[in-house]
Amino acid sequence: MLTIDGLATAYGKIEALKGVSLQANAGHVTCMLGPNGAGKSTLMLTIAGILKPKAGSIRFEGEELVGKSSAEIVARGLALVPENRLVFPALTVRENLMAGAYRRRDRGAIRDDIDKMFVRFPRLKERVDQLAGLLSGGEQQMLAVARALMSRPRLLLMDEPSVGLAPLVVAEIFQIIRQLHSEGVSIFLVEQNAHMALKVAHHFYLMEQGRVTFSGNPGEMSSDDVIQRAYLGQRRAA
Amino acid sequence: MDILQRTVDGWLDGSAYALVGIGLALTFGTLRRLNLAYGAGAMLAAYAGSWLFTRYDAPVWLIAPLVVGLAALIGLYVERLCFATGRDNLQDGATRGTVAGLGFDAREVVALASSFAVWMQLEQLAINLLPRHLNVFPSLAVTTEWSGGGVHVRADRLLLAALAIALALGLARWLGASRTGLAWRAAATQRTAAHLVGIPVVRQQALAFAVACGFSGVAAFAVLAIEGQVTPMFGMWVLIKGLVAAMLGGLGSIRGVLIGGWVLGIVEAHAQALFGAVGREFATYALLFAVLVLVQPRRRSGLLVSGAHDAR
Repeated sequence: MLTIDGLATAYGKIEALKGVSLQANAGHVTCMLGPNGAGKSTLMLTIAGILKPKAGSIRFEGEELVGKSSAEIVARGLALVPENRLVFPALTVRENLMAGAYRRRDRGAIRDDIDKMFVRFPRLKERVDQLAGLLSGGEQQMLAVARALMSRPRLLLMDEPSVGLAPLVVAEIFQIIRQLHSEGVSIFLVEQNAHMALKVAHHFYLMEQGRVTFSGNPGEMSSDDVIQRAYLGQRRAA
Repeated sequence: MDILQRTVDGWLDGSAYALVGIGLALTFGTLRRLNLAYGAGAMLAAYAGSWLFTRYDAPVWLIAPLVVGLAALIGLYVERLCFATGRDNLQDGATRGTVAGLGFDAREVVALASSFAVWMQLEQLAINLLPRHLNVFPSLAVTTEWSGGGVHVRADRLLLAALAIALALGLARWLGASRTGLAWRAAATQRTAAHLVGIPVVRQQALAFAVACGFSGVAAFAVLAIEGQVTPMFGMWVLIKGLVAAMLGGLGSIRGVLIGGWVLGIVEAHAQALFGAVGREFATYALLFAVLVLVQPRRRSGLLVSGAHDAR
């Protein structure tokens, strides 16, 4: 579904991605793990068209995304739930959702989708006319997910949805990820919380210093081994 | 003249201030930018109208849309030149700094300074077009006076006040209810997310800027059609009065600019009655100073920005 090949992105002279290749399959939850500063968020922002890569390709359902604007990328069925949520703080919850559907013109269906979001996230319904900037962190995360879903994406990109949230809220977020997956949404997830992420992932990658260093299936090794590799340095087999 | 008449006159003047302030409030509310060339753009557009009127005897129905359209076009030029560059380039390294404890973006300073340069440029262009100090503008003045309770009101000035109210409330309502208004408000406070939901931010903000400058054209035409003349001081007048009105109203708030304009107009009218013409000028700058020093640093809010901080 999503195939990335040799992707390199730089901030000025600092290379954040140094040739990243990976694949996210349709109907799967694919997970990218790695420590802070590995380049995970840079990868997500590059896929979403916010950052421009120096080299490499991003193909979504066979179509090249590099060089396309973020608006064109959303229109093709990709939506990013960004790191730190980035809700529109001065807009109400409802307006945030409507902004999420900006590319769509089917007003009736947009209204139906907003109602569906309120069924999925009942707490957003309670706060429908509140400014998003006044929501709690967990509520803002739900709103960011709902806003991304409003564009009806076929692949949902999520950048550290659990960061800074209480354990109960994190559990709730992962419950939503499972539910979305069961409804047929493909998900590409960036996480630091390896334990939680590996429970939902079909396939995972490890990233370090701008490179993919390892990939595997959660069933093949324990999450402790993965964490050991991701955050504590590789144990090399003799 | 009694106090009531003075207050009504001040309110009428204040409505003109509000009218010229609407565009500035819109620019700040949707782009968080101050356009110093705002008044000069309105002046150049008005000068073009005056030039067509005196030289080719163009009819008023042609001059009105022309002044508005030209002001919007000049706005587009200013936006491209001063405000558009580099705003979405997250990859060009650090441009943020701090002065007096307030965080700023180096590009904001560059935009402000370059809009000052364009102000000079536009003003010079206007003066080259019509070098005389006094230039005739097509007059729509209606000197009919209405009186009631000892207060006299001129019909055309009352119409101007009605126009200010209608435009400010209409624009505020449109911003709140339309898809484009939503896009502008979204991009104002969370630009990255606006990109992510598929809003063509660069194009929409250029449009917002042009519309704001188009409002300055509406204001310029309405004010000058009552005066029947335009002088090189007009650009400065638009900028100062509009800016004070917009700041008093909570910079960025469209409805607030009405209140801001009225407060300024009424304070000026009474200051003039008490201390003469110098007192009037003094009142304007004293109000601007008071707002800048006492209110703005603590309250960066308005209808559009509502005190919420941009996460970037």
